[in-house]
Amino acid sequence: MNFNIAGKKAFAYTAAHELDPQKPTMVFIHGAGLDHSWFGLQSRYFGYHGWNVLAVDLPGHGRSEGPPIPTIAGMADWLFHLLTTLKIEKMTLVGHSMGALIALQCAARHPERVERIALIGVAYPMKVGAEFLDAARRDHFDSFDMSTIWGHAAQVPLGGNPNPGMWMYGDTLARLRRLAPGVLYNDLKACNDFALAGNVKCPVLFIVGKRDVMTPPKASVDLQKKLDARVATVEFSGHSLMAEAPDATLDALIEFVQ
Amino acid sequence: MAAPKYPRFDTLALHAGQSPDPATGSRAVPVYQTTSYVFRDTEHAASLFNMERAGHVYSRISNPTVAVFEERMAALEGGVGSIATASGQAALHLAVATLMGAGSHIVASGALYGGSHNLLGYTLKRFGIDTTFVQPRDLSAWKKSIRENTRLLFGETLGNPGLDVLDIPAVSAIAHEAKLPLLVDATFTTPYLMKPFDLGADLLYHSATKFLGGHGVAIGGVLVDSGRFDWEASGKFETLTAPYSGFHNMDFEEESGTRAFLLRARREGLRDFGACMAPMTAFQLLQGIETLHLRMPRHVENTRKVVEFLKDSRSVEKVIYPELPDHPDHALAKKLLPLGCGAVFSFEIRGGRAAGRKFIEALRVFSHLANVGDAKSLVIHPASTTHYRMSDEDLKRAGIGPGTVRLSIGLEDAQDLIEDLDRSLRVSQK
Repeated sequence: MNFNIAGKKAFAYTAAHELDPQKPTMVFIHGAGLDHSWFGLQSRYFGYHGWNVLAVDLPGHGRSEGPPIPTIAGMADWLFHLLTTLKIEKMTLVGHSMGALIALQCAARHPERVERIALIGVAYPMKVGAEFLDAARRDHFDSFDMSTIWGHAAQVPLGGNPNPGMWMYGDTLARLRRLAPGVLYNDLKACNDFALAGNVKCPVLFIVGKRDVMTPPKASVDLQKKLDARVATVEFSGHSLMAEAPDATLDALIEFVQ
Repeated sequence: MAAPKYPRFDTLALHAGQSPDPATGSRAVPVYQTTSYVFRDTEHAASLFNMERAGHVYSRISNPTVAVFEERMAALEGGVGSIATASGQAALHLAVATLMGAGSHIVASGALYGGSHNLLGYTLKRFGIDTTFVQPRDLSAWKKSIRENTRLLFGETLGNPGLDVLDIPAVSAIAHEAKLPLLVDATFTTPYLMKPFDLGADLLYHSATKFLGGHGVAIGGVLVDSGRFDWEASGKFETLTAPYSGFHNMDFEEESGTRAFLLRARREGLRDFGACMAPMTAFQLLQGIETLHLRMPRHVENTRKVVEFLKDSRSVEKVIYPELPDHPDHALAKKLLPLGCGAVFSFEIRGGRAAGRKFIEALRVFSHLANVGDAKSLVIHPASTTHYRMSDEDLKRAGIGPGTVRLSIGLEDAQDLIEDLDRSLRVSQK
């Protein structure tokens, strides 16, 4: 579904449903350099199980017009501008990686509207390696390689994809190749620079891939304790939990919202 | 810190797509010889049917053994994924049927495998899809032939029968300027000799029956998508970018972005046309792929030796192989095919049809049959077999001389092949 936000085209996937004010709303927020379809299976499930679904493309990503927004706080503001425009008062936020930081920021800033947040593959702080940042700043293909390889568990290029016939590395690379110059750097720098302002008081779920090398499990432990969060650990997954362990990720989300 | 590394080709050929079987620990890819898969409960069943969960429902749509073959081929080609089909022809049909319907148009190289030429030139025409054939080296013809209703440019990495090397960077640039994808048949080159996606192609397919299997025991095909073509930005592909009432009004591009083409091809093409690959076939083809990186260099090495022998033979008028300086695509081949130009080529025997017949009948190591890409060396004389009803003039138009002989060089000792050819050429000239 296309929207106009501050004069620019914005897109959110709604699982082919109109928004219904009687239904609860779940908002999916993608990670650095990605788009709404990264949540394809999970967002479709909730869209067909009684929820309004909004899987957004952040500005400069997927079908949403650029430029990208340089800070997590700015992305959170953009998201709330969109939700306010759509007259959505209460929502559950599901964020992956950079999207999880956006969800955190939204929950801290709008405690009266954010009912719960699910954070998938997150570290806090989310410091990005200097080489990765530098390669992304130069729009060098190495940054796509780093994003792809560190974005999945080590067994992924050799192991089977739960989604028949697909090759996860190839899919990630194809998405990154479609990005406009500078978008991946914008996102990585936003993650690197983010500091949470305010407190998060709503229920929080962390979904953690035990084999995540991009945001290793230990990198979110302090935040889990601070937020008194529930934690679902997925044994064989890396950072791309929605693709590597789609059912386990979905089941954790279903349990969280029940 | 250096950039992390991807597994290399040889490793992917052996491992991509499969972890040891979680149920049994089986190291080899198990043959899941089953038509269907038990649902956990009704909710699980509904979620699988509605694409809310990943998994298998019915083996016409997907099968665990076939999925290993598909993922391995996608990994070797650098694509987002692939779909295995009943044959190479089924893969070509699936690509066309996914992208277009009646009233559409294709621009294709005229130097194609006969089966592809039949499908495009005759059969698809009956279903309202027209094709303009162009000389593959004529870049202006590719460009001029594109119409408002064109939906695809198509050629072979190495054309039939003259081994025309498709200038993929140039033809893909023409396609992309017109917001169209380029599909290539990469059967003769395999991912070992050429990576068409790195050169600009958007889609590719193989007759896996040939070098991928290499053993000549299984018919199969595979269609691979690079995921790089932006269907939405093109605005020409309603099958991928408009709601499809045949699948809950799904807009495949909106649903899955880079996976839109394969999603429609699987959810409509395999569902409705049904030209799927059998699990045993996938298993057999995987056995071949596991040694592709060992076989292809030997195929090329043997071919070079045979070509070297034939070009100096007094019984041979001409050898058509892009590695020879007199081939019109010699320079392009050096650029696009640095590891070699494959193992299928033609030569003109002195003495025309009659000599061709005598030559074929005298061969002992080469097998006379209608296939290529086998581990065993193969031969066919088009003028006395596949094209025997054609006059010499019609043959000429098709690029086939009365004395044209096509060889597919296998993995035998090259000296035995040369001796077989040498003896048979002598017989042919008597």
